[in-house]
Amino acid sequence: MSGAPVLEVEGLSVDIDVPAGKLHAVSDVSFCVRPGETLCLVGESGCGKTMTSLALMRLLPPRATLTARRMSFEGRDLARLSERDMARLRGDRLGMIFQDPMTSLNPVYRIGDQMEEVWLRHRGGARAAARKRAEFLLERVGIINPRQRLDQYPHQLSGGLRQRMMIAMMLMCEPALLIADEPTTALDVTVQVQILSLLRDLQQEFRMGLILITHNLGVVARMADEVAVMYAGRIVEQGTGREVFAAPTHPYTRGLLDCIPKHGQSAARGPLGSIPGIVPSLVGEMSGCSFRNRCALAHEACRRGEVALAQAGADHAYRCVLPPGQARGQAPAFAGGAA
Amino acid sequence: MIGFLLRRLTIAVLVAITVSIIGFSLLRLSGDLASVLAGENATPDDIARVAAQYGLDRPLLTQYFDWLGGALTGDLGRSLFTSEPVSQLIMERIGVTVTLAVLALALGLLVALPLGVLAAVKANTWVDRAALVFSVAGQATPNFWLALIFILIFSVQLRWLPVSGSDTPAHFILPVVTLALSIMPSIMRLTRAGMMDVLSSDYIRTARAKGLSTTSVLFKHALRNAILPVVSLAAVQFGFLLGGSVIVESIFALNGVGYLAFQSITRVDFPVVQSILVFLACAYILLTLISDVINAQLDPRVRLS
Repeated sequence: MSGAPVLEVEGLSVDIDVPAGKLHAVSDVSFCVRPGETLCLVGESGCGKTMTSLALMRLLPPRATLTARRMSFEGRDLARLSERDMARLRGDRLGMIFQDPMTSLNPVYRIGDQMEEVWLRHRGGARAAARKRAEFLLERVGIINPRQRLDQYPHQLSGGLRQRMMIAMMLMCEPALLIADEPTTALDVTVQVQILSLLRDLQQEFRMGLILITHNLGVVARMADEVAVMYAGRIVEQGTGREVFAAPTHPYTRGLLDCIPKHGQSAARGPLGSIPGIVPSLVGEMSGCSFRNRCALAHEACRRGEVALAQAGADHAYRCVLPPGQARGQAPAFAGGAA
Repeated sequence: MIGFLLRRLTIAVLVAITVSIIGFSLLRLSGDLASVLAGENATPDDIARVAAQYGLDRPLLTQYFDWLGGALTGDLGRSLFTSEPVSQLIMERIGVTVTLAVLALALGLLVALPLGVLAAVKANTWVDRAALVFSVAGQATPNFWLALIFILIFSVQLRWLPVSGSDTPAHFILPVVTLALSIMPSIMRLTRAGMMDVLSSDYIRTARAKGLSTTSVLFKHALRNAILPVVSLAAVQFGFLLGGSVIVESIFALNGVGYLAFQSITRVDFPVVQSILVFLACAYILLTLISDVINAQLDPRVRLS
């Protein structure tokens, strides 16, 4: 481990007011990120991973409310900062890049202008200095002819280039933590790999903490120092990348891993896995394990009370009533939706 | 940009010619101009004489090209009623109309744009609802009624402002406010809709993730995108103010082009009517062209594609 965490989150919850009541988008999530390390938040659509990242940035939609025991970032509690102070951190110490580079840049301003304004806002000074910085970073993210690119508009550039520019833009002030919400999902496969290795390199160079949100376990295997698997707004399994991949313990994590096609997998070796059923409604109060209606190992105990995180290894926790050995299950994990 | 301008200019010229043909035809179709001009008790001989005098007995095509040729060299003919050159009649009055239109548009934008932005930022709060009530009321109130009410309150009761005429700047206050109020609702609603749309876009989230100030997010990043459709609407509104202020000009006895059009129509002064028609059409075309150029300046996707 490398030094004190740059971000420590304890008991983060996000509730959204919907006509039917309160939707618990994120429930009691805790994790930490160290400088130069990558935390991957993994899960299906709607599991709360994007809401978690928006909560860290305090950019939640208006009807969402954030509660947290602690969201300590560089000695300050993000949950309790005023909007003014929070705006000073965003783009400066805290950066975020988004899924769709085609729509994430303002179509009516030049790339250079959009990059420079980050520097001018947080560091002030002359535009020339900001421009120099922007040029340096474009070059750093692998863009040829940076000076010329600065004068172009987003619509003149490809998706991959735009995502590189988004990354460069968020690095203008060298943030201590970068949040990347599905940064490669909208890109071509060949470009995806380039962007991921770019993020990896930059992270090492700038000693940044990186929170990488993805539904792609291939990306996790490649990038993660730490993994948090989210399901229905909760972390169901959490640990170092190595341990989680070596001994996936929560039935949901194993289900996700079964969904990855393996090289040479043929019909004879069994069909590609899938997890039956759908994510439960997050509106209203729930008790018991939120995964029980899709879990082959579900039984009576899964209905009762709150399932706590249990240790599965030194740096490895999981949220299941069964002991690790049984949760990992000798029986076929997904015979069908039981309970 | 030059290619873009040339394309638009060609279209503009074609539209202007089409409008003049249609206008010319409609005026001739509205009845036998010679018999109307000759009066109620005219004999067929009188009518024939009038027709010959004004060249109305010639083939329509000849008459049209005659008029077009004159118009292209700046000769719009003479008023049948006052014998003054039509161009002079229009030029004398255009100042009043343009002043009225510019001031009304400026005032309208000055109020409606911030109000639209505010309504979008405070969407679904009492501010937004109040703005909605204001715009619905504004849209539902005919401006001739509003003009009369204003005169009643501010001129007759309070005696703050003159009732009619166009001699002093004070004379313009009530007509400008009346016209501004009539264009505000649509500009405000469109600004609000545009802002609502833009504020939920990804690039606004990016702007906020960059830590930019609210002012910068709203006015630099959001408004410039939201305002694109408003520019086109404002151009149309300006055209409406140039030609459509007939009623307001009449009520306040402002001697503008609208009032001239109204007078000329009632007394079948067809050279004047024809010229005002083409003048307004050209104004609309020019405004559309200007709004296209402004939009191209605001939006690089239009300019560079």
